[in-house]
Amino acid sequence: MQSVFASLPGFLYATWLTIEIAVLVILLSWGFGLVAALGKRSRIAILRVPCDLYIWFVRGTPAMIQIFAVYFGLPQFGISMSPFVAGVITLSLNSGAYVAEIIRGGLMAIPKGQYESPIALGLSHAQSFRRIILPQVARIILPAITNEAVATLKNTSLLSVITVVELTFHAQIVIAKTFQPFQFYILAALIYLLLTTLLTRASALLEARNAVRS
Amino acid sequence: MQPLLQVRNLRKSYGSLEVLHGISIDIAPGEVVAIIGASGSGKSTFLRCLNLLETPTSGELCFDGKPVEYGEEGWGWRREKQLQWLRSQIGMVFQSFNLWPHKTVIENIIEAPMIVKNVPRYEAVAEAEDLLRRIGLAEKRDAFPSRLSGGQQQRVAIIRSLAMKPKLMLFDEVTSSLDPQLVGEVLNLMASLAAEGMTMLAVTHEMSFARSVSTRTIFFDGGVIAEEGPSHVVLNHPRQARTQRFLSRTLPVIGPAVTVAEIQSGQARVAQDLSAGA
Ligand SMILES: Nc1ncnc2c1ncn2[C@@H]1O[C@H](COP(=O)(O)OP(=O)(O)OP(=O)(O)O)[C@@H](O)[C@H]1O
Ligand SMILES: [Mg+2]
Repeated sequence: MQSVFASLPGFLYATWLTIEIAVLVILLSWGFGLVAALGKRSRIAILRVPCDLYIWFVRGTPAMIQIFAVYFGLPQFGISMSPFVAGVITLSLNSGAYVAEIIRGGLMAIPKGQYESPIALGLSHAQSFRRIILPQVARIILPAITNEAVATLKNTSLLSVITVVELTFHAQIVIAKTFQPFQFYILAALIYLLLTTLLTRASALLEARNAVRS
Repeated sequence: MQPLLQVRNLRKSYGSLEVLHGISIDIAPGEVVAIIGASGSGKSTFLRCLNLLETPTSGELCFDGKPVEYGEEGWGWRREKQLQWLRSQIGMVFQSFNLWPHKTVIENIIEAPMIVKNVPRYEAVAEAEDLLRRIGLAEKRDAFPSRLSGGQQQRVAIIRSLAMKPKLMLFDEVTSSLDPQLVGEVLNLMASLAAEGMTMLAVTHEMSFARSVSTRTIFFDGGVIAEEGPSHVVLNHPRQARTQRFLSRTLPVIGPAVTVAEIQSGQARVAQDLSAGA
């Protein structure tokens, strides 16, 4: 127990890095997801086909292979990135493909009349989308997008394989020194549990608030 | 008087299927035109071509003396600006009210004036409150649409369009999804708009509206205007056999003919006329 307490500051630091990565990845995945979802709905083939391929490829291959391919594979073509950057980009692209499908589902759930009424009042397509459609989509997809964020948070542990000293890798380092795998894996697990619980609680509060405001 | 809207030889095809076969019509300011016709005859498509929710395949549109260059279907900043100009002056109300569920009643109403016409918020809110008072829904100001009855929602949808101060209002079967007892309140609002001189085009199955509020009735059949003329003539003494057939299949037209002047002076109410006709 002594060693667990002594190691807490180090774990705190690693937790902070995990949070940083997760927040970055989640925000970026929303961006990638929105672009890919809109692209996939486009009537223009040069926009639609790449988005289709992206979603198809990412969802059909393991995240671990994607991380290895970007971090170890791209330097062969002179593209090298720090583990942190490579990890954030790969996880964002990975999650973005799932987010794209979630957003696409949300867009399809909005009745046609909601797309037409702002246009008929004179709003531009961009204004209609941003002010009328997107807020409604956001509400519909909140539960699904929360699940995806939780998955993403847990997936940050994959970055331990490319030496990002986030929570999982930090635990492994401490275990290598203390030979107490049980205690430290449990500690890491509890920290992940705390973070994912905070995330789902926040989402539930938001959902309750939306239910009142509609 | 110069027509507010001129339509010349308007055609619309979906793929190889032509659904409007050359529609021509002039609408004068202040006219209230009822459009009747069987399902699939192209009534909605026609209305939607007028504010360019659908892009016509060919034909000329002239609104308020200015030709509308609707161009090719697709994108482009200049095209969108032109369409926004047109749509900000033509209100449209749909069968499914299409209020925005994530915004309150007042937010629904002030959205377009603020965003499209850059009206300052306090001004837009004041005007919206006036409109709400007019339809007796001032206390619903901060309610969300889901808390309103269908009739209330549709009346809010109508004043949401009015908040843009349009020169022309299009109505596409706006009472068709309402419970029968809620139809009257919506028709009354439309009648009072007509009495104020609003130019209106209304696709309707409500013969009492066509008869007592509209000045002119157009009968659509198979993508053409099969018959048109003063409402009392078209509805009571149709010349065309197909108009006669259509009218005999719809509800019989009962109830006294009521003029707009009578509605305005409070001598007659469309709701009563309706309850007599129902
Ligand atoms: N987006 C579309 N794609 C293909 N065909 C369409 C489309 N919209 C309408 N049509 C066709 O055009 C014709 C006219 O339709 P429209 O909706 O204008 O009729 P309507 O007179 O409004 O009928 P209703 O009384 O049922 O509303 C119909 O045959 C319909 O199937
Ligand atoms: Mg229709």
